Amino acid sequence: MRNISLIIGREYRERVFKKSFLITTIVMPLLMIAMGAAPTLIMEFAESETKKITVIDESGIVAPKLTSDEEIVFEAATGDLQQALVEASQNEESFGVLHIGKDIVANPNDARLYTSSSSSIMLEEAIADQIESVIESERLKAYNIDNIDEILEKVKARVHLTTFRTDKEEESSASSAAASSLVGLILGFMLYFFLAIYGSMVMQSVIDEKSSRILEVMVSTVRPFEMLMGKVLGVAAVAATQVMVWGVLIILFSAVIVPAMLPENILEGVTQVQAGGDVAALAAQQDVSPEMLTALASALDAGGIATTICTVLLFFVGGFLLYASLYAAVGASVDEAQDAQQLTIPITLPIIAAFIVTMLVMKDPNSPVVFWCSMIPFTSPIVMVARIPSGIPAWEIALSMALLYATFVVCIWAAAKIYKVGIFMHGTKPTFKDLWRWLKY
Amino acid sequence: MSNIITAEHITKSFSAHTALDDVSVEIPRGSVYGLLGPNGAGKTTLIRVINRITLPDNGRILFNDKPITQQDIYRIGYLPEERGLYRKMKVGEQALFLARLKGLSRHDALVRLKEWFERFGIEGWWNKRVDDLSKGMAQKIQFIVTVLHKPELLIFDEPFSGFDPINANLLKEEILRLRDEGATVIFSTHNMSSVEEICDHITLINKSKNILSGKVDDIRRAHGGNTFTAHYRGDATLLQERVKALCEVLEGEDSKMGYSTLKVHIPHDEDVRAVVAAINEAVELRQFTEMIPSMNDIFIRAVNGTL
Repeated sequence: MRNISLIIGREYRERVFKKSFLITTIVMPLLMIAMGAAPTLIMEFAESETKKITVIDESGIVAPKLTSDEEIVFEAATGDLQQALVEASQNEESFGVLHIGKDIVANPNDARLYTSSSSSIMLEEAIADQIESVIESERLKAYNIDNIDEILEKVKARVHLTTFRTDKEEESSASSAAASSLVGLILGFMLYFFLAIYGSMVMQSVIDEKSSRILEVMVSTVRPFEMLMGKVLGVAAVAATQVMVWGVLIILFSAVIVPAMLPENILEGVTQVQAGGDVAALAAQQDVSPEMLTALASALDAGGIATTICTVLLFFVGGFLLYASLYAAVGASVDEAQDAQQLTIPITLPIIAAFIVTMLVMKDPNSPVVFWCSMIPFTSPIVMVARIPSGIPAWEIALSMALLYATFVVCIWAAAKIYKVGIFMHGTKPTFKDLWRWLKY
Repeated sequence: MSNIITAEHITKSFSAHTALDDVSVEIPRGSVYGLLGPNGAGKTTLIRVINRITLPDNGRILFNDKPITQQDIYRIGYLPEERGLYRKMKVGEQALFLARLKGLSRHDALVRLKEWFERFGIEGWWNKRVDDLSKGMAQKIQFIVTVLHKPELLIFDEPFSGFDPINANLLKEEILRLRDEGATVIFSTHNMSSVEEICDHITLINKSKNILSGKVDDIRRAHGGNTFTAHYRGDATLLQERVKALCEVLEGEDSKMGYSTLKVHIPHDEDVRAVVAAINEAVELRQFTEMIPSMNDIFIRAVNGTL
């Protein structure tokens, strides 16, 4: 035990006190936020020029009702199309000419846009939408109904489906499927990355120890099993540290920073939803969309987040130990990283498979494929973690975790046997047959 | 003199070949024991079996006359042939880590490391990264770490390979000093001159078998074959006639300018005096020596099966 803890300490210090660890731990989350926000920011800041469009309206109905905005400015003109086109081509500010046919109400397709440069789908849709609504109201008018605008306003309905889980013991709470499946996807994705990256980190460091022959010095006093366990646990501690730092950052973010930034009325709504208030009524009262309110309510529930993070951490550690022990065994049996490729295939395949299944979790977190993959130990850490935010029975989590840790015990035992033989094997690249034989030594 | 290590009928085979075939070795306490043999003979495997790094298929190892246990490992210091250090660690941190793995407390390790660093004049290296050390510098660190916990038994696998002559000499002196302080030293080597210089016992392993074991002096004497060389001035023919009856003349070299030599084989020790007397009467004898073969000769002859 003393040796294992010495080795864990060394492995931990070697990684955590490195600059690169600090950078990835602090900068990575910022980078991820930036990447998430980038498209919105780009849209926000991408300045689009105001496009001037000359409108030749032969029907006389549409042009007066077109409204200009920052992007499109409509200018009604008289005269014929040819003349307008010539004028537009001479005027550099002009973007094009919109020609609306005489019988536009009866024949909505009789609208043409002539442009001097390429237009965009968004622009075309914006124009088409405006024309559509003009035509629609014209057609309605033809029925001669009084107060038509008022009636239409009253007829409008907004539906928000508030989902309640009735299978849970606890007080049924409003859950937002969209938000939880998104969180699940992100978590599954993170686990996938962590297992792949930290797993191969373990492999690489075993290869380094082997090729630098430090192993030869160590094995005289430390049993190979202790070396293996020390390394796997040491790196696991590093990864757990990173996850915990991120967890604390997320909790801080949702408990302190976001509330400080949100408008007060929404925040009040959120608090009431968390306290079990009626989402739809509150949403209407605060004038926000109910989806947004439920999503915020669960995102700002620091206690709930902490529970999720702890469960995720347990799966992460279990999955990591499982994969790291296998990666270490491969690392011990080869001389250089290049030789390891073939041997790592059976290890990386389940990770990738699990990642693909994670996509299915978004569709249905309880489908049979997803369920079984969240039970099978090699895929369970990733798939189960992706399912957790959708709310699944505690027994499933417990069973999956028990299977995971039991498999880890078997794997580390097998890995230790391969490791023990492998670290003294130099030269020829081992095959699976060799590894199988080493298992039986 | 009791044995610190007794290896009894050790057999170890790997899938394709047998590395050790019924090897028995007794290593007396306080000796400097040489483990000789050509490459691939099984020396490293024997060392690993003694160290409990690999377990034998058959046979057992006794440490101080009791079957060796994992706890005894802390009383052994082992410097493997292929040795490395963590490249990215600082020298001091690394030495401390390895010392603590050998069972030393942090405090003891620090005190002893300081002593050794002073002895080797390398105090300034403590905060250097292992990356920045030359090979010879790294070897000094490895040596220090091997002996730091004052083990009763020291095992060096090919210690001189890769050491430059200055470090090799330093190592030789340290090995002898440690023996004088009471440690037993086992080392494997091809370097026969070092065997003659510092080993008192050897075992020669060839093709997985122990083919020769014993005290260096005894072995050399035993394989001398009672051959003697006489250096003299005088009549070569007369001399050969005089001694022919007493012993077997192997070869003679007649030199007009300096000393002539005559090589003879005297089968029985009791005849030596008579032969000397006969030579003395015939010619002017300047030197008469027994031909003791070098360990190198014995090694080559033993391996080639012409011993």
